[in-house]
Amino acid sequence: MNAISWRRLKALCWKETLQIFRDPSSILVAFFMPVLMLFIFGYGINLDASRLRVGLRVEDSGVDAIGFTAALTGSPWLEVRIYESQQAMERAMVDSQIRGFIVIQQDFSRKLGKRGETAPLQVVADGSEPNIAQFVKATVNGVWQDWQMQRAEDRGEEVAREIQFEPRYWFNSSAQSRNFIIPGSITVIMTVIGALLTSLVVAREWERGTMEALLASPVTRVELLLSKILPYYALGMVSLFLCVVVARWVLDVPFCGTILGLWVVGSFFLLSVLGIGLAISTGMRNQFNAAQAALNAAFLPAVMLSGFIYEISSMPVFLRGVTHIIPARYFVSSMQTIFQAGTIWKLLWPDILMLMGTTIVFLGLTAKLTKRRME
Amino acid sequence: MNFFRRIHSLVRKEFQSLLSTKSGKMLLIMPVILQTALFPFAATLEVKNASLAVFNEDHGRASVEMMQRFAASGAFTRIIPVWSGAEVEEAIGTRDALLAVHIPADFSRKIAAGETSPVQVVLDGRRSNSSQIAFSYLQSVLEVYLKDRAAAAGHVLPSDMITRNWFVPNLEYTHFILPSLVAIITTIGSLIITALSLAREREQGTFDQLLVSPLTPEMIMVGKMVPAVLVGFFQATLILAAAVFIYDVPFRGHLVLLYGAMFFYALALAGVGLFISSLSKTQQQAFLGAFVFMVPAILLSGYTAPVENMPVWLQHLTWVNPVRHFVEVVKGVYLKDASVVRVFSLVWPLMVISLASLTAAALMFRKKTG
Repeated sequence: MNAISWRRLKALCWKETLQIFRDPSSILVAFFMPVLMLFIFGYGINLDASRLRVGLRVEDSGVDAIGFTAALTGSPWLEVRIYESQQAMERAMVDSQIRGFIVIQQDFSRKLGKRGETAPLQVVADGSEPNIAQFVKATVNGVWQDWQMQRAEDRGEEVAREIQFEPRYWFNSSAQSRNFIIPGSITVIMTVIGALLTSLVVAREWERGTMEALLASPVTRVELLLSKILPYYALGMVSLFLCVVVARWVLDVPFCGTILGLWVVGSFFLLSVLGIGLAISTGMRNQFNAAQAALNAAFLPAVMLSGFIYEISSMPVFLRGVTHIIPARYFVSSMQTIFQAGTIWKLLWPDILMLMGTTIVFLGLTAKLTKRRME
Repeated sequence: MNFFRRIHSLVRKEFQSLLSTKSGKMLLIMPVILQTALFPFAATLEVKNASLAVFNEDHGRASVEMMQRFAASGAFTRIIPVWSGAEVEEAIGTRDALLAVHIPADFSRKIAAGETSPVQVVLDGRRSNSSQIAFSYLQSVLEVYLKDRAAAAGHVLPSDMITRNWFVPNLEYTHFILPSLVAIITTIGSLIITALSLAREREQGTFDQLLVSPLTPEMIMVGKMVPAVLVGFFQATLILAAAVFIYDVPFRGHLVLLYGAMFFYALALAGVGLFISSLSKTQQQAFLGAFVFMVPAILLSGYTAPVENMPVWLQHLTWVNPVRHFVEVVKGVYLKDASVVRVFSLVWPLMVISLASLTAAALMFRKKTG
């Protein structure tokens, strides 16, 4: 291995930078896409239940039936549509116009409050949307319990609750899903820049034959690798800070951390994904295949297995094992900490260590593949 | 006849270039298998294996029994006993525990005095969705406990309501994810194939050869579309088969309806792909262009988060998103046996999208080839 010639390295980096800036698509991906994605994650991906659309059919005309109907329609969490025919209501659910329905049955007022009887109330949720179905059940049940308590109180019955939970959120006091999804989504954006853009660069040189030309020149392996890493590292870092600025000042996501923490964590993550992208590119030598491989090896795992939407601890054991080799996992958890708890090194260092590990593994793999290709 | 013969040979050529290398063949099948094997397990918003930290300052019977109920409920795989507020902070901060319960010292005394005893529950807001779900598990354990206590004391109980779920009775996420995956995975495959096909010819210089051949621009477009549509059908069939036979998700609707809709979906995708391809000079541009379209399209399809939770203006905007309509079709036909009328109400937007994108692609193509 030869020593690095700074002059050659500078020239190569310059060439790579020019290529980035001359191609509108890389600018599109580095600057337009992050902002677009942040807006999508900020507005489009919302796991908090908004107003739930439910159907209601009332078969009973007693006072209690009217009272409970009023409680349902008055709930700020429900958008109640009243149906006359059962058939129409069921069809509306098949067509996804409503996410559940409630039937207040004929003997509702008569049976209510009798010991040992379950309520003559039918609640059906649309199971094809499990998350919404959970919310429908919980919300309707909440209205039901509150209404019963209220009714008992009105009738002068003693109702005391022995134990009351007082939930309190740490780190994200308003408990908006946006506040944890946005820091996580930056991971996806960085993966796109780090792995997808670079997956094409080496393959392109092979495909176009310029790699042979480079190999015939006195350029060394280290110089070649560095010239691919440095410009994209700079691009990724600029993009990371752009994301944080947009998240903080446009989307109003609280940011408690420091630039230093962001820079340290971001660097190691970016180097890891650059490693993945370059390894794919060097191994595939074909842009079409490299693009597909990068999508499947870097992008999809960053969405599905990083824990930014889907909780890792809920996955089966073997899949949890797989997530350990995915750099995005460590970046998601440290970004969530940096945004919502601050740059607390005690919480960050395990993630940073793992990211250092993945950096060494993936860049090492690239170096090894490059060596084999060049011989 | 000449028309079909020429297109036939162009399609054959396309397939040859797709399948010529070993890695090319692998890339048509491996991602599908990998994704169908991993994602149904990964993509779940259920909370399993969560840990609960308990800081109990009270030593009365009521608190001990409540804790035993938490431990026995199975909602939490691990109960971490802690002895100070600092330890609570540590457990939540390091993600050791998703929730922490703090039972104050006067807990049992207050209950005995007939007052309401407050119990503080700390939720990790960095994972607010999961911690909220876990909190609802905790809450339901508490409800049962309170009822049992009330029953033992002879109080009147509020009555329960019974809920059922239609279509997916036990709310299993795999049932929700697999039909959506049919739509998502075929999107990736067919869009990238069409987007890169023209750009590759242009970058490698073979595009000029195509132009001097007796093929008209329309024929070239059809020749590029057919392989993408076929690959899409092939990949979709693989996932459907896996869903029905391996994951045991019952298929309730009509296959004909699904494949009919799939045809128009593939057409819409091919239109978008060709349009991107006609705009790009290099494969990199085509790939990244396809990507910039695909990611928002998938994210806003109702697959990661329901469309109805989006702001209204964005819900309207998703009308131009083919993925959104097709995710609805697959879920509707697969899980709910949706009617022809319902499916058609989702397919006609796809027809409009394919017509618009194909026209745009043809215009761009003509302009470029002069």
